[in-house]
Amino acid sequence: MIAYVIRRLGQTLVTTFIVVTMIFFLVHMLPGDPAMTILGGMTAQPTEEQLQAVRERLGLNLPIYVQYFEYIKGLIRFDLGSSLITNRSVIGDIMLRVPRTLQIAVPALILATIVGIPLGIIAARNRGRVSDLLISITSVATFSLPSFVSGLLLVIIFSINLRWFPSSGWVSPYDNFPGFLSRIVLPTIALAVAPAGLVMRMMRSSMLEQLGQDYVTTARAKGLIEHRVIYRHVLRNSMLPVVTSLGLQAGFLFTGSVIVENVFNWPGIGNMLLDSVLNRDYPVIQGVVLLVALCFVLINLITDLTYGLIDPRIRYD
Amino acid sequence: MIERARATLRLLMKSPQFVVSICILAIILLLTVFGPMIGPEPWKVDPLKRFAGPSAAHWLGNDELGRDIFANISHGARISLGVSFLSMIFASVVGAVIGMIAGYYRGLWEVLAMRGTDIMLCFPPMLMAIFLVALTGPSAVNLIFVIGILYVPRFARIAHSSALAVSQIQYVEGARAIGARTWYIILRHILPNILAPLFVQFSLGLGSAILIESGLSFLGLGPPPPASSWGRMISGAQRYLSANPYGVLWPSLFISLTVIAVNLLGDALRDTLDPRVRK
Repeated sequence: MIAYVIRRLGQTLVTTFIVVTMIFFLVHMLPGDPAMTILGGMTAQPTEEQLQAVRERLGLNLPIYVQYFEYIKGLIRFDLGSSLITNRSVIGDIMLRVPRTLQIAVPALILATIVGIPLGIIAARNRGRVSDLLISITSVATFSLPSFVSGLLLVIIFSINLRWFPSSGWVSPYDNFPGFLSRIVLPTIALAVAPAGLVMRMMRSSMLEQLGQDYVTTARAKGLIEHRVIYRHVLRNSMLPVVTSLGLQAGFLFTGSVIVENVFNWPGIGNMLLDSVLNRDYPVIQGVVLLVALCFVLINLITDLTYGLIDPRIRYD
Repeated sequence: MIERARATLRLLMKSPQFVVSICILAIILLLTVFGPMIGPEPWKVDPLKRFAGPSAAHWLGNDELGRDIFANISHGARISLGVSFLSMIFASVVGAVIGMIAGYYRGLWEVLAMRGTDIMLCFPPMLMAIFLVALTGPSAVNLIFVIGILYVPRFARIAHSSALAVSQIQYVEGARAIGARTWYIILRHILPNILAPLFVQFSLGLGSAILIESGLSFLGLGPPPPASSWGRMISGAQRYLSANPYGVLWPSLFISLTVIAVNLLGDALRDTLDPRVRK
């Protein structure tokens, strides 16, 4: 186990280094001149001296390998540079926005789990019946629905027609908690739709797999009531792959949150990425992509390690 | 080979998912091919028809600029479906070649290719997509390659593990023993044996490709105007949601139906072609 953890950590370090390097060189291949962006975009006509001054300030006149080492040095000090547009520190802005994304992503993950797991169980226990068919169709439909479609449908129904929740915007939970709660409802549901369908589907197939095992027959043969067979024996074993896959759901949540944040005008990390791309704000693009990518490297590591902790049958060799 | 395909098709026809999805896809395909021929021009602006309801001339009504919604949906289908389909073709061909070579040759090439795919699979697809579009600029051709690149690792993994299994089988060893060329072995013996899983991945990947394409278009990173696309129609109509929800609803319906049909098709193919699931 320890040897495995060490090897896995080593792999993660190598992956991190490759990701960091790849993102640096890709960002430096971006078309367009950052100096031009700072001096007012494509329509401005700055003089060559102005451009040169900005390039010097950003260190863009240095050879690429010097820039690369400066970038690595900055990373070690958690310094990702500052935005070309607002001149604010990238890491500071990221720290401000990550919690806002988590404010809808965490409730969405919880919602997806508490809706998906029971429905998956019901579908598996009623395999081939109408309820199974309905749940399976719903599950395909939910993860086939683009998140902007589910988001806008929610706005049409609950915001425009019923006027229950505001259609967009964010307020700090510390300033206005009821207002904050009423604003997270729709984005959270929109974000939870697709993962709920996936959890449902995974729970169903995992449970069906377990129901075919010998130990279920044994439990039934020794006279256990069905309820106990399902909830004591089958459920425990079939939850395993579902719970460990929650890490993978994070990828879906991120994809969803870029779009859902756009629909609901939610000032999270997804909107930050999108704005930076539309503004060609290179340090911000680089910072956000790097941060999200590293989070996912970490999530993969944690998923791999917990998988072994939860399931003792998995041996590390 | 043909006999086997026929038997598979017979099995598939028994699956209600397959029949339903083929029917939906056929209708959407007809719309894509013939829709643009019968409707008015999608870019034609008519201020008098702003938010007009469905009529004989404009089957699904008009949008915020008085453009015909049906015409935009059928033209947009060409972009949305074309981009997704071609990106999967790119991903499957490149992925299959990388995976098969890695699985057949093993060694350093295998380590490089498979670690590379592992690293790429770390990234959430949407992050990579936005990043790569920022890098290359939004256009239909770039989108094909961007989405394609995202899915190369998935195909490479499947091709790799299948090729690994097949190349251990005796007839491949036999072919090698009688001096068959490597390319002959890969094309003649390995490829036919890994087609089924690649096919399943193709149809499942197509669903996500359509979602990513429409998502990028919705965010303003899709093919620029005058090309129509489903995602951009929705983002344009989004601002007039309370005045005219149909501008959002119609393209949403088409995207959702298409992805549902493609995913159902993928499920049906997997259930029929994958011996592990087949009961």
